[in-house]
Amino acid sequence: MLEKALKGSERYWGWLAVLSFFIAIGFGAYLYQYFQGLGVTGMSRDVSWGIYISQLTYLVGVAASGVMLVLPYYLHNYKEFGKITILGEFMAVAAVFTCMMFVLVDLGQPSRLLNLFLYPTPNSILFWDAIVLNVYMLLNIVVGWTVLQSERKSMPPPKWVKPLIYLSIPWAFSIHTVTAFLYSGLAGRHFWLTAIMAPRFLASAFCAGPAILLLIVFILRRLTGFDPGQKAIRALAKIITYAMITNLFFLSLELFTAFYSNIPGHKHTFIYLFAGLEGHYALVPVMWASVLLGIFSLILLIPPRFRNNEKILIIALMALVLSTWLEKGMGLVVAGFIPNMLDHVTEYYPSVYELAITVGIYSLGIFILTVLFKIALEVKKEAAS
Amino acid sequence: MKIYDLGKVTVGLVIFFLVFTFPLYYNMGKATPPPEPNIQTEAIAAMSEPVCVENTEYMRANHMKLLNEWRTSVVRNSNRAYPAFTGVRYEMSLSNTCMECHSNKEKFCDSCHNYAGVSPYCWECHLQPKEMK
Amino acid sequence: MDSTRRSFLKILGVTAAGLTVRPSVEALAMGVKPKGAAPFDNALTAKRWAMAVDVGKFTGETRKAAIEACNKAHNIPHYENHLHEIKWIWEEGYKHTFPGQENEHLPAEIAREPFLVLCNQCVNPPCVRVCPTQATFQRPDGIVMMDYHRCIGCRFCMAGCPYGSRSFNWFDPRQQASLKDAEGNFSPPNPEFPSRTKGVVEKCNFCAERLAKGQMPACVEACKNNELIFGDLDDHESEVSKALRKHFTIRRKPELGTQPQIYYII
Repeated sequence: MLEKALKGSERYWGWLAVLSFFIAIGFGAYLYQYFQGLGVTGMSRDVSWGIYISQLTYLVGVAASGVMLVLPYYLHNYKEFGKITILGEFMAVAAVFTCMMFVLVDLGQPSRLLNLFLYPTPNSILFWDAIVLNVYMLLNIVVGWTVLQSERKSMPPPKWVKPLIYLSIPWAFSIHTVTAFLYSGLAGRHFWLTAIMAPRFLASAFCAGPAILLLIVFILRRLTGFDPGQKAIRALAKIITYAMITNLFFLSLELFTAFYSNIPGHKHTFIYLFAGLEGHYALVPVMWASVLLGIFSLILLIPPRFRNNEKILIIALMALVLSTWLEKGMGLVVAGFIPNMLDHVTEYYPSVYELAITVGIYSLGIFILTVLFKIALEVKKEAAS
Repeated sequence: MKIYDLGKVTVGLVIFFLVFTFPLYYNMGKATPPPEPNIQTEAIAAMSEPVCVENTEYMRANHMKLLNEWRTSVVRNSNRAYPAFTGVRYEMSLSNTCMECHSNKEKFCDSCHNYAGVSPYCWECHLQPKEMK
Repeated sequence: MDSTRRSFLKILGVTAAGLTVRPSVEALAMGVKPKGAAPFDNALTAKRWAMAVDVGKFTGETRKAAIEACNKAHNIPHYENHLHEIKWIWEEGYKHTFPGQENEHLPAEIAREPFLVLCNQCVNPPCVRVCPTQATFQRPDGIVMMDYHRCIGCRFCMAGCPYGSRSFNWFDPRQQASLKDAEGNFSPPNPEFPSRTKGVVEKCNFCAERLAKGQMPACVEACKNNELIFGDLDDHESEVSKALRKHFTIRRKPELGTQPQIYYII
């Protein structure tokens, strides 16, 4: 089926060329970082994780969200998702791959990466995260590829793939749960030390991931004529709406606990995020933008007559994706380090190199996504004709 | 049997062959003499009989393994004294023991390492002795 | 015919698995200690190392002497940019050392004089719990060690340490002016101790390398007036045990259950 990716329009190749350009720039920036040290980023002794690990966190969510299509389709036999389930699986593959690239560029000694498996350490959550992410990627490649191949041959998928599909459902929950455990098990980081970190991650994942997928589907519909059907779009929009409501609800729960309990350590980071702390305000606009965009997206999503109007839906989805990205891809990880463990405030601004590498990795992820989607759509077109 | 794109395949194979065998013809006629690690240092000359922590054959074949074990022993198991085959106990330290005698890193370590094309990264952290000029 | 091919493939698979398993088993077995290796006879040993900081005895000069001694003993580079600092032992004000315990009307010297802070060598170290490669680990005598050879630089330990005691080598420490001589060559203050490489995490090691040779930690040695009391908490008669019996001490963030082994005599 890979050959489907090798024949395409000029627009297809042009798009891949644009992505390759950004990948090349990112790779160049990475070489500089590799030889100079991670000091060329904006990270510091106090804020020791930055935009890379934030993207890991966000993209694990995008990856996990594939389950929002797989679960209704395979468990509840919701046929309307038949056309786009494969897109959800392939998006998960691209997203997990991108996650792993972000971990790789964040390492101080990337050449020693395999120490993770040479000295397996079950008490470290990072060890489990590496395992669940790799297995999840593998599951989605195998499932997506096999099901697509059967579709091409107009045959039902082989029996052995069913258990893998069922396994991939709880596994999707596990990847985001384990990723949340990276943060929520750390003594002394009050902002992260919350039992609803995993539920929060899942809620934001299950709205942001399908929202991204739906936006891509709209683009594909314009470019290729691929149409998943109005029912599928509306069902997905409903899922997104409920997940986003849950997401903002969970955030408000955090605010209640922090401020009603009045424990200084629990409040400090929230104060830093929403009002600034000791004269430092870097993330205040980010956080307010996130909350306001989130509320705005809900205003457009909750009333059915807005949600069912595709033009409005698109605006709502874009607001939602931006809102969740600002919160998970910018705020959550960085703010956990502010104030630091000695109650000092050191802020974080990503450097130019860091941004170039980030854009490069995203381009690589989108490259893979483009190729996978191209294959999927071509096969579907062929099977339908 | 019909081979598609025979011309292109042949060109591809030729290019592959040329690239693959590059080291062979690049180095043709440029035989490098085998290295002779030099042990002429003041510290070794001062010994009545030059001895290392193990005998020469063992060290030549296994010094990397020994150093690797030393590293684990010192850092992780806190065992820092090594009984040499002579019975003398030495501090298990690359910089402070090995290089004490073999203070001529360039002529001793590097001569073989360069020949074998290996570049151990010990020296990114551990100190090299000041070479005797 | 098909079945023979299948069985052939099976054998092939098993062989391939065997070939990959054996080196990994060997790699794991490398932890076996070299035969006969042992600590030196004069090594200082303990069941649980601990330190008491006699805050009242310190002056600005002795604090500085302790910090300097450590920086020199461990070839710690100085960075102008505080974002990239490497710190093993350093000064912090009371409210930063003990956040959340700022009572009103503190005695002037407590409110004014900085405290020395360093790795707490926790009994339950969160950094060890989170490290994915056991590059940081706890010795039987309680010292939380770093194996710089193994560290992959993921910095999970820095997120995990509740005391901010860990530093990352954002750049190559050898390229820093403070570790170079006038001609620009790497010239560390203590040639017997290695530098670190870029991309690994480091922290106070309670001078494990000095204890192994029968010497007290560099900071303790630099404090001539017993400002820092170092010893075995398991030994009832050690100086540090006596000091803890005699004086009321506090520890940093005891509520986290990490059991810090640095005690502050107030």
